[in-house]
Amino acid sequence: MRRLGDADLAARVARDIPDGAYVNLGIGKPTHVSGHVPEGREVIYHSENGIIGVGPVPPEGQEDPEMIDASKRFITVAPGAAFFEHCDSFAMMRGGHIDIAVLGAYQVAQNGDLANWATDDERYPPAVGGAMDLVVGVPTIFVMMRHQNRDGSPKLLERCTFPLTGLGVVNRVFTDLAVLDVTPDGFRLVDLTPGNDLADVQAVTGATIHT
Amino acid sequence: MDKRVKTLRDAVAPITEGASVMIGGFGSSGIPFGLIDALLDQGTGGLTVISNNAGAGETGIAKLLKAGQVARVICSYPRSPGSIWFERRYEAGEIALEVVPQGTLAERIRAAGAGLGGFLTPTGYGTLLAEGKETRVIDGKGYVFEHPLRADFALLRAARGDRWGNLSFHGTARNFNPVMAMGAAHSIAEVRVLSDAPLDPETVVTPGIFVQSVTEYGVRP
Repeated sequence: MRRLGDADLAARVARDIPDGAYVNLGIGKPTHVSGHVPEGREVIYHSENGIIGVGPVPPEGQEDPEMIDASKRFITVAPGAAFFEHCDSFAMMRGGHIDIAVLGAYQVAQNGDLANWATDDERYPPAVGGAMDLVVGVPTIFVMMRHQNRDGSPKLLERCTFPLTGLGVVNRVFTDLAVLDVTPDGFRLVDLTPGNDLADVQAVTGATIHT
Repeated sequence: MDKRVKTLRDAVAPITEGASVMIGGFGSSGIPFGLIDALLDQGTGGLTVISNNAGAGETGIAKLLKAGQVARVICSYPRSPGSIWFERRYEAGEIALEVVPQGTLAERIRAAGAGLGGFLTPTGYGTLLAEGKETRVIDGKGYVFEHPLRADFALLRAARGDRWGNLSFHGTARNFNPVMAMGAAHSIAEVRVLSDAPLDPETVVTPGIFVQSVTEYGVRP
């Protein structure tokens, strides 16, 4: 099967972010989405640590330790940016002011349940960060992840087995193999990574993919 | 009125064994490194640390964990890359951990500072973090009741301060600092520049009424 690399997956997610959107990008892979938004669209990025209007990474030697994003990467400010404290930042998230959040996930269920903060390994300390606040407040939740775990087991399931971050919150899942919407009927195919066959993708998915 | 304190050491002197201490900062931004070092030197133990992260590498809160001064951590994201001292203490069962969603952490601190008895939030509803908590459905949406979170002390980092305790910040270094200033009984700020002149009231982010002492620590980490 054809698997998208991280940059191509970021570009696929970016294609679905419209002009004028306020967007929160989660820690890790989602941070790369901003570099792939098609020309001509103005997208404003929110970072939970207190900035709206996150700009590109600064040139080497011009990093400021007090100018970072939620992934702790050095950033610059985009035109029209603003700084604020944490209560205001989470009011933007919980209060429905952000349009789209792009998050990573351990598991997504066919009813839109999301698990991305804790596993079933009790020695491994859980870390929730701002994920639970985002999923209850942001109307559109995109998940960006590999289709399968390293051992080949599926991450798209009928029911999540790990502790949930939010119930019925995911709208669209972008993986290296396909893009799927969460609908009242379950997962519905949006598109396949070019070159892939639905039957092959279905075989590595833990729930039915409707077409 | 003069809230200026000469040294970091004098600033942390009121912190006693077993105190609860809020520590501002997120990642590398807005962490009161000077005050943390002074607390390390003072050796006060049994602390409850309330912060977003639990320190990384050998800096900040990680130093207090390494020195065994922390009994309990209340935070949203303990597991940053390189949080070795948190992981070591946690795995050994030497510290208690309470994980709180980040927005709920900020709002619980705000509730304490604002004199509220708690609040209802949709965050965490139906998840493990809401287990055992009071819930309520309003207009068809589920909410969890969260209690205020107060502390004995707050350690803060700001860009500028004046003798009235007014603070202003730089870049993404505000984060939890302004709300923690409100939520603690005794808030201590280290500032890069301690101004002789009063700060311009238009630029004050944290009004001095929330700050009990301020000291200059010019080093910009």
